[in-house]
Amino acid sequence: MNVRLYVWQRATAALMLPLVAVHVGLIFYAMDHGLTAADILGRTRGSLLWASFYGVFVIAVSIHASIGMRNIAAEWAPISDRNAGRLAALFGLLLLVLGARAVAAVVLP
Amino acid sequence: MSEISEKQNELIVSLWRGGKSGAYRTYRVPRRENQTVLDVVTFVQRHLDPTLAYRFACRVGMCGSCAMSVNGRPRWTCRTHVSKVAKSGQLQIGPLENLPIIKDLATDMRPFFEKWQQAQGVFKPSRTRQDAIAKIRPDTRARTAADAAIECINCGVCYAACDTVRWNADYLGPAALNRAWTLTNDERDAGNAERLSAVAGSGGCHACHSHQSCQEHCPQSLNPTASIAALKRAAASAYLRGRIKS
Repeated sequence: MNVRLYVWQRATAALMLPLVAVHVGLIFYAMDHGLTAADILGRTRGSLLWASFYGVFVIAVSIHASIGMRNIAAEWAPISDRNAGRLAALFGLLLLVLGARAVAAVVLP
Repeated sequence: MSEISEKQNELIVSLWRGGKSGAYRTYRVPRRENQTVLDVVTFVQRHLDPTLAYRFACRVGMCGSCAMSVNGRPRWTCRTHVSKVAKSGQLQIGPLENLPIIKDLATDMRPFFEKWQQAQGVFKPSRTRQDAIAKIRPDTRARTAADAAIECINCGVCYAACDTVRWNADYLGPAALNRAWTLTNDERDAGNAERLSAVAGSGGCHACHSHQSCQEHCPQSLNPTASIAALKRAAASAYLRGRIKS
């Protein structure tokens, strides 16, 4: 891992720290208040706030996890650094698409 | 190693013989008071098998020549007492891990020292001999950091113990990066920009996983992991300020 990837991975980790805390807090809140799926969708659909919150979350996860996967692939798999980078980019793209799909499902009206 | 010495005054010693595709061969060596692992290897070479190849020089823990793998752990053999590591009367001694084997217990240290060079572990003077001698206060933060890491004897124990070295052939390793950190804190040195660039690449300090095997095994009780962590911060800061490129 070079300094550029290091900075991106640490920066996205720092960004995710409060996001994870809010996300976990949200789960506890929903459980404590017995919110149904319909209740939750009623609050998230059309909400720019939740779209931004989980949109940023998905982008940060995609960058952070793909850099980690790149390191694992480069160190453990018999492939070159360049191919590890390509594999990680594909993995990041997959996370981005899956995440964006999930966010769209809860925020689009 | 499954054989157990029946006599209390005898050691069962397995030594690596040959190159990469060699094997362990067993010898019986008399047990002595205050015997070091290097004494055991020397006994085999002088009395049992003169073809045994190994490396040593000072015998007092200064030169860093005699490191070997002892019962699976890299150690400086001249300062490792048999009583400490062979409680059952058995020793398995092999060449250091992560380095090519020349023959028997002698490894080729060139990759280790070449990475030392790649990490710019060489002092770059900022003054000439005509200038006055630099006055270095021993209590400054930089000098304290340099002093904490400077007693490396280049034995290669940390390099042999490092998982990242094992997995990543380009990784510079704990000793070279530790050296780079001491020079980063040397206010007389003029090579910091190049050095930070050299340690910020794909095999540089950011590849370290902080497993701390280097710290655990260092015979000088240094903490290369801490040096590498500090280098990570320094290189990341220089990168963010645009002083180095990735």
